[in-house]
Amino acid sequence: MDPLKISEDIYWVGAVDWNIRDFHGYSTYAGTTYNAYLILDDHVTLIDTVKKEFADELLAKVSKVIDPKRIDYVVSNHTEMDHSGGLARVMHKIGEDKPVYCSIMGHKNLSKHFPQPWNYKPVKSADELSLGRRTLTFLETRMLHWPDSMFSYVKEDRILFSSDAFGQHYAGLERFDDEIGEAIMPHAKKYFANILLLYADRILKLAEQVTEMGLQLDMICPDHGIMWRKDPAKIINAYVEWARQAPTRKALVVYDTMWHSTEAMAEAIVEALGRQGVDACPMHLRKWHRSDIMTEVLDAGAVIVGSPTINNGLFPTVSDFLTYMKGLKPKNKVGAAFGSYGWSGEAVKLINRELEAMRFSLVDPGLRVQYVPTEQSLQACHDLGDKIARALPADTRGPR
Amino acid sequence: MELYVCSVCGYVYDPTFGDPDNGVEPGTAFEDLPDEWTCPVCGASKEEFTKTN
Repeated sequence: MDPLKISEDIYWVGAVDWNIRDFHGYSTYAGTTYNAYLILDDHVTLIDTVKKEFADELLAKVSKVIDPKRIDYVVSNHTEMDHSGGLARVMHKIGEDKPVYCSIMGHKNLSKHFPQPWNYKPVKSADELSLGRRTLTFLETRMLHWPDSMFSYVKEDRILFSSDAFGQHYAGLERFDDEIGEAIMPHAKKYFANILLLYADRILKLAEQVTEMGLQLDMICPDHGIMWRKDPAKIINAYVEWARQAPTRKALVVYDTMWHSTEAMAEAIVEALGRQGVDACPMHLRKWHRSDIMTEVLDAGAVIVGSPTINNGLFPTVSDFLTYMKGLKPKNKVGAAFGSYGWSGEAVKLINRELEAMRFSLVDPGLRVQYVPTEQSLQACHDLGDKIARALPADTRGPR
Repeated sequence: MELYVCSVCGYVYDPTFGDPDNGVEPGTAFEDLPDEWTCPVCGASKEEFTKTN
């Protein structure tokens, strides 16, 4: 694959990872890309690298534009290894003495990944670096999503290199939003829900800051997926909306089951929710990947969790999901627990404890059914569904 | 003296160690940190810290 000119003297020199399907526990059915960018100027500059295995591919792309030894500056917007892994190979090729520009935290964190005594040049927000005809301005974006994360902005071309923000795990032949259209949005949403949701408050602050700075954006170039050139505001507005987490009339009934009893309860709850005009779906934890459920959690008003009691505790996949969701800190959710049990029945209490720790608003003390649900207990599941529906905002989408 | 945790990144301020990289001597209570002190990991302000055990 060739390098791609994205603007005058600016090239995409990243790599497409067609085959990755599990990105540290996040399902990447469509693969991903590691984006790196080359700016030709008086001082030739490389922004970010790629995952280690793709370093030669990056260098081959650079070579089609310019001799890699002519790279003068390297900018590391993010330390994570899918963007810094190629650094060792790149520095070896271009010269170990070349300056590496990164945030102060980037300096600390890169040093803990690489033993080489590179010529680090730590920068702060608003610091500028002249490349010749162009100027790079840095903006620290700590915890979006690592302490070292930062943005680099080229004011002359109005291009923002945004590191992981605004990225998507998507491998394709398309490189730009206008080439793929709306089909990219579910990937962007999944990325937000699984990587950035816990920093929603900081995203809202950053959006305000960017607006106050009057940053003009003709293009946003993230480190994964497509670049936003047709309508960069679209992804910023989507981030603001996702970060606000306004509850909708949507409920997820997330569960696992051993002998179909908790499953029957889940389906009864979903049936009742559906009758009340709630967009509801039962999500079996061994049929749905945790990262796909999390994408749906993002705009759901309610997350109802069901688990059988096994060995006096939660079913393991339910623990997995609760741990994962808790870490991503979703807000403004209604919750409830349910589950079938044989003799002790601790699962509901354990789910409630976790949902309370996540500050979900619990609409019910939880529903337990011993062994197999009867008609009466399925009616209780319907009642629980009705109760959840009443706690959700009214249907504003009109008739369906 | 009590420990304080950063609600943004999870960093724990331990007064026993202070924050010497940023000029805070060991033994400095959280309450005595200057108002402009920020989380050494993520830059969050003092208000974003809560007491922890």
